[in-house]
Amino acid sequence: MKLKNLLALLVTLLLALAIILTLNNNTLFPAFGDVDLADRVSGQYLDSAQIDEIGAANIVTAIVVGFRGFDTLGEVTVLFISSLGVALLFGASRKQKRLDADFSPNFMLRVGSRVLFGVILTVGLYIILHGHLTPGGGFPGGTMIASAILLLYLADDQFRAKIKGFKILESASGSLYVVIGLLGLVLATYFLQNFLPAGTVGNLLSAGIFPILYILIGLKVGSEISGIIDNFLTEEDAK
Amino acid sequence: MIQYAAIVIFVLGLYGILVNRNVIKMIVSLNVMEIGLNLFIISIGFIYDGIAPIITSTEAAGALIYVDPLPQALVLTAIVIGVGTTALALAVAKSIHRVHGTFDLNEVGDLQ
Repeated sequence: MKLKNLLALLVTLLLALAIILTLNNNTLFPAFGDVDLADRVSGQYLDSAQIDEIGAANIVTAIVVGFRGFDTLGEVTVLFISSLGVALLFGASRKQKRLDADFSPNFMLRVGSRVLFGVILTVGLYIILHGHLTPGGGFPGGTMIASAILLLYLADDQFRAKIKGFKILESASGSLYVVIGLLGLVLATYFLQNFLPAGTVGNLLSAGIFPILYILIGLKVGSEISGIIDNFLTEEDAK
Repeated sequence: MIQYAAIVIFVLGLYGILVNRNVIKMIVSLNVMEIGLNLFIISIGFIYDGIAPIITSTEAAGALIYVDPLPQALVLTAIVIGVGTTALALAVAKSIHRVHGTFDLNEVGDLQ
């Protein structure tokens, strides 16, 4: 056992040494903080004419749902498959009930968690809606919605979300993403093309289809992670 | 130089995966590896005096220095995929615990 640990230490040290020696004095790897964006593809994303054409103030959002929107579709599919795998491993087809908790929530905890639920949900929706203007977007906002659901699950041992509604929401938003992509193909020239007017940079209604796509991503991520939470906190009903 | 700290976090996670036999600790090590790599990818796009790549003023874009937005977009997606894989791994761990009554792979026996 001790020898195995020593071997593992040796392997990791060798790997670290290999990585650092490869990066050290490599002309392709720039020094920290000393990057010229004109050499990179990002220089074009930050071009002012390009920004006015796209209409999104948050350039990270412009990349995630615009330039790499197809990538994001694949990534949402990965998340869908992982939530499907979790549901399969827990045998979600049979009737489920909540895991027995070794506490019973009192009145204050139950009411307080309901109040906080509204606040967290509102912040999550705000982050999703302003994804093309401020930091954040569909992925962090969706996770916030799921965390609000998790709060309800933890604070009340009888609570059970309507998981069927989550599944419908998830499938609908996933399909709508593809439908909007196909609309770009029909109305314009290629899949996921921005066929709506870009508007003024900084307005809530700007950047064409980006806010719509990010709302769909937020709903999909939120419902998927809520489904995973429900799977973890329930078990098969023995009866 | 500071980028090598991210590499150190990455190999620490790898060491944790190789040494630990507890499934939960292995999943935690996997997450440590992921954090190290995410930090490294983010650090590639850093520029001194650069600001977050969000247009907040009407100044011409050429007047301001923005950090590279592409690594940030890639890490944003990598984090979400990390959540998905962690959830799947934890589900497998829960199944192992349900069947064998332990998280320790040494005690599981027939899995080795």
